[in-house]
Amino acid sequence: MIYPDSKIVLEVRGLCATVNGTEILKGLDLTVRRGEVHAIMGPNGSGKSTFSKILAGHSAYEVTGGSVMFEGQNLFDLAPEERARAGVFLAFQYPIEIPGVINSQFLRLTYNTVQTHRGKEELDPLEFDDYVREKMKLLEMSPDFLERSVNEGFSGGEKKRNEILQMAMLDPRLAILDETDSGLDIDALRIVANGVNQLANKDNAIVLVTHYQRLLNYIVPDYVHVMEAGRIIKTGGKELALELESRGYDWVGVEHKAVAGAVA
Amino acid sequence: MSATGTINAGYLENLLAGQPQLPTSPLAWLNALRAEAVDRVGALTVPTLRDEEWRFTDISLLTKMSFHPVRTTISLQAADIEHFYIEEATTRLVFVDGVYAPQLSSGIAGSGVTVVNLEAGFTAHAATIEPYLGRLTEFRGNVFAALNTAFLHDAALIVVPRDISVTVPVHLLFIATQKDVVSYPRCLLLAESGSAVTVIEDYVSLQEDAYFTNAVAEIALLDNARVNHIRVQREGAKAFHIANCAVSLAHASNYQSVSVAFGARISRYNLNVQLAEEAECAVDGLALISGRQLADTHTCIDHAKPHAVSHQMHKCIVGGGAHAVFNGKIMVRQGAQRTDSRQSSRNLLLTNKAHVDTKPQLEIFADDVKCTHGATIGQLDSEEVFYLQSRGLSDTAARNMLTYAFGAEIIERIPISSLKCQLEQTVLEQTATQL
Repeated sequence: MIYPDSKIVLEVRGLCATVNGTEILKGLDLTVRRGEVHAIMGPNGSGKSTFSKILAGHSAYEVTGGSVMFEGQNLFDLAPEERARAGVFLAFQYPIEIPGVINSQFLRLTYNTVQTHRGKEELDPLEFDDYVREKMKLLEMSPDFLERSVNEGFSGGEKKRNEILQMAMLDPRLAILDETDSGLDIDALRIVANGVNQLANKDNAIVLVTHYQRLLNYIVPDYVHVMEAGRIIKTGGKELALELESRGYDWVGVEHKAVAGAVA
Repeated sequence: MSATGTINAGYLENLLAGQPQLPTSPLAWLNALRAEAVDRVGALTVPTLRDEEWRFTDISLLTKMSFHPVRTTISLQAADIEHFYIEEATTRLVFVDGVYAPQLSSGIAGSGVTVVNLEAGFTAHAATIEPYLGRLTEFRGNVFAALNTAFLHDAALIVVPRDISVTVPVHLLFIATQKDVVSYPRCLLLAESGSAVTVIEDYVSLQEDAYFTNAVAEIALLDNARVNHIRVQREGAKAFHIANCAVSLAHASNYQSVSVAFGARISRYNLNVQLAEEAECAVDGLALISGRQLADTHTCIDHAKPHAVSHQMHKCIVGGGAHAVFNGKIMVRQGAQRTDSRQSSRNLLLTNKAHVDTKPQLEIFADDVKCTHGATIGQLDSEEVFYLQSRGLSDTAARNMLTYAFGAEIIERIPISSLKCQLEQTVLEQTATQL
């Protein structure tokens, strides 16, 4: 939801980045304020996932230009774990399976690590168990998930729910959801979207990275951005997503070139 | 070649030097066995990299050092060794530098289950053990097993009578206390028809100087018997540990083994398992080493008869400039139809200088069998590390967690919870110091 005079959470200016020497982001601008839900849409290869991973601090990407400020702090001064502790959360498109690490231990360790760095109390195993079970209800997850290895043998939908569960636990200021709708059937999509909607509040911001419009039927964005060739080339309201759904992406590029041409 | 031969001969002569001092056994066949072993040591040589079975494992360091049998035993108090005790395993035999320590042991003797030092078992079991002691191990072609047999005196003897299930695990604790000493730990476990027992074979040290453990274990499972064998090698950092274990499974018996190797400068474990019809075994292992350690595990699972099952998972976590070796032979003999065999060797290298040689070796002479094997060698997955970092864990904490998880998969198979916790803690501490 858009709040007047809300503080800026994320300010991206002219961001350029490469992976293995190939330029992927070519001057990306984006401003996200507290309380807002942004959707970044665009064709495959436009740089959406790269942008998500750069925000989380993935080392495979090299930032070659521009700046990213998170809550007034230079994001690139922070290691990936420091970003997480400061309140950046990335829900992975392909969550990693970790055989041998029990989900409940993993969740408690990450929760307590982040809490400690935020100057808050850790929870002991019993307290944590109550806390996590409460959060799991939000995502209609069975407590059995606590006893299994992290994501091991989880279905696509179960993995995505486990991601949102972690979001619920870590209480981020900025949550980036990378293709969270991919691989979900309609029931799982509804459950995941419900969870996200309940976690959204006036103090945090959510960036949805998605290829398709259908997620946006459930999580209604305040802004829709179209990304192409490493840049945001058009920004609109939620109705833009519907237009993209019916007309595809090509027209946005044509229109952008025409405007750019007229200016030149 | 002749020079090498001379060095070998002198070296083995030195090792044999203390042998004539052994007291004569009241059992003539045992004296004959020892004498034969002495002859074999004379005929054999210390293996080198030129021997196929030792091509990855250089033990020249061992042959450069001089070890002697224990001269005076150190008297230990229970308080000195209590930290090695395993809560659940109240039946315990303790050997200090290879010598039986009755005051520290709590064996069982009598009509039922026998857990004693070998000599104490002669009266009741001499005839029972004769077909197994020194017979399961092929010492005639193995210089280290021959040396051990030449020194055969104190030994752990476990006899579980027919249809008896022993609920309390048996702890065999071998403690090294003196430098430059070679000890010859020995175990014989006889599980009679339908019996069940859990045995922990545990090698520990109270000092950090060089010493040499040369161990032999023989395990016989009669029809339908069930044995859990947990082997923990946590020797001192400068120790040499060479061990041979031979297991024979009779019809429909079941052998479950987990062996972990954390210690020793150089260690070698040879495990030979022979399966009769409908027998089943699970043979799992973990080597966690760093620095300049070398840990070698050679296993041979012999499907001699049809309808037997073998599952094997061996893992190595190698840090520093350490070197791990795994050679896993699966033999399926002619006529061993319907064999079901599964082998997996997984290896994690933590540094650029860590080294692993893994060699799955399948020899199949039957045509109706199911045999799978696989080997992987890799580093920690950077995507997994990043995933954990993105949840707030430091790079180090993330790596520790992943390394721990890799090893925990084997440790979790140990059916004794206090030992499991203890070893998991060791894995955690070792991974934390290595990264």
